[in-house]
Amino acid sequence: MQVPAPFEYERATSVDQAIGLLERLGGSARLVAGGHSLLPMMKLRLANFEYLIDINDLHTELGYIRLSDDEVRIGAMTRHRELLESDVLADVFPIFADAEKVIADPVVRNRGTLGGSLCQADPSEDLSAVCTTLDASCVIRGPGGSERLVTMEQFYVGPYETAVADNEILTEIRIPRKNLPVGSAYAKVERRAGDWAVVSAGAAVWLDGGRIRDARVGLAAVGPNTTGLPEISAALRGHEPDESLYELAGAIAARSCDPVTDSRGSAGYKRHLADELTRRTLRKAVERARS
Amino acid sequence: MQVTMTVNGVEYSREIEGRMLLVHFLRDVLGLTGTHWGCDTSNCGVCVVWMDGEPVKSCTVLAAMAGGHEVRTVEDLADGAELDPIQEGFRQCHGLQCGFCTPGMLMTCRALLDKNPDPTEGEIREAISGQICRCTGYSSIIRSVRWAAVHEATSAREQQEVAAQ
Repeated sequence: MQVPAPFEYERATSVDQAIGLLERLGGSARLVAGGHSLLPMMKLRLANFEYLIDINDLHTELGYIRLSDDEVRIGAMTRHRELLESDVLADVFPIFADAEKVIADPVVRNRGTLGGSLCQADPSEDLSAVCTTLDASCVIRGPGGSERLVTMEQFYVGPYETAVADNEILTEIRIPRKNLPVGSAYAKVERRAGDWAVVSAGAAVWLDGGRIRDARVGLAAVGPNTTGLPEISAALRGHEPDESLYELAGAIAARSCDPVTDSRGSAGYKRHLADELTRRTLRKAVERARS
Repeated sequence: MQVTMTVNGVEYSREIEGRMLLVHFLRDVLGLTGTHWGCDTSNCGVCVVWMDGEPVKSCTVLAAMAGGHEVRTVEDLADGAELDPIQEGFRQCHGLQCGFCTPGMLMTCRALLDKNPDPTEGEIREAISGQICRCTGYSSIIRSVRWAAVHEATSAREQQEVAAQ
């Protein structure tokens, strides 16, 4: 039987009360949202905490998708199923629905959350790649109601490590809309339904007239954290999208990523996938931006 | 710690360890062994129960997290000797052989039909994609769910006709 090592269970009643608990308990405490990454790690003793603070009751406070003219704000407790089923999100950033369809399975998606996925900081995690692709920022709240905003690049410190301190909570993700027609897409190669990615890629393209104003590609499972590729953005800006441009972006992705050979595939195969999935998602993103 | 939850309409209060998983609470504390305990890693889906009307994998939910919530297990599907249509579908269409995955399959498929009374084969496959069956090859499970969907639609129509007369 796999069960976690003993811990004290606490239940948070508000964000600020949870931060108060974290302040008091320090590094011996951890927040648990859906728990579908943390509890398996605790069962395997890869993670051990004296206190678990259950924040599921904060869904009323932190479960939302809000659209304004210049950005989309998503609460950290928004569950995978809610991201998948949101028409608002599917309309503006279909990359979310693309990714959610291939994250775990429908029953797991009933529990797992956006904030939990990001804070897990698994190098293969799909929503991290989506948020990196979309140039999202993370709102981190700390003691005394203080809030700070960090980019996805600043958010990830290393595998399974984030910029969120022991007495802080990730509360919201903000995605800029840049006031331009945008298309986005996500593609993943996995060994079987619901598995972690062998490699996955996301792309977002903002068009201005017939030309690319900005383009971003994010990759998962090919480095210590999900990575954005600024070199691709620089190569694409100002050009009219076509196949030769996607080919160039794919080549940059293949040479810029840092995959390792493991049970999911060889490094060479993963580079091939980074190339191919970059092309596919860029192609799809441009199609969507035009429609 | 003390946990209080409603299981199949009955409220239970028990003293438990914070680390106890919901699946063990149901099986070992309440004696509701209809919910099975399988892979322990949220992959196989034999432990699926409902929490507030949604299927969840009870090996990856703490019993403490279910405190104050409503849990429904496979024991609650049948009404006395009368099987729920999804159970009858599995019986009619050979939706099980060894039966180990069945409680989880039934709870997920019941939730699917409540949300989508006429699912396609693709939708059924997607719904059970987080659950493993090593006997049937899934085809007879899909037929079982379709049987229940058709049966429920027919019953509903007959009831409407009776009401109209």
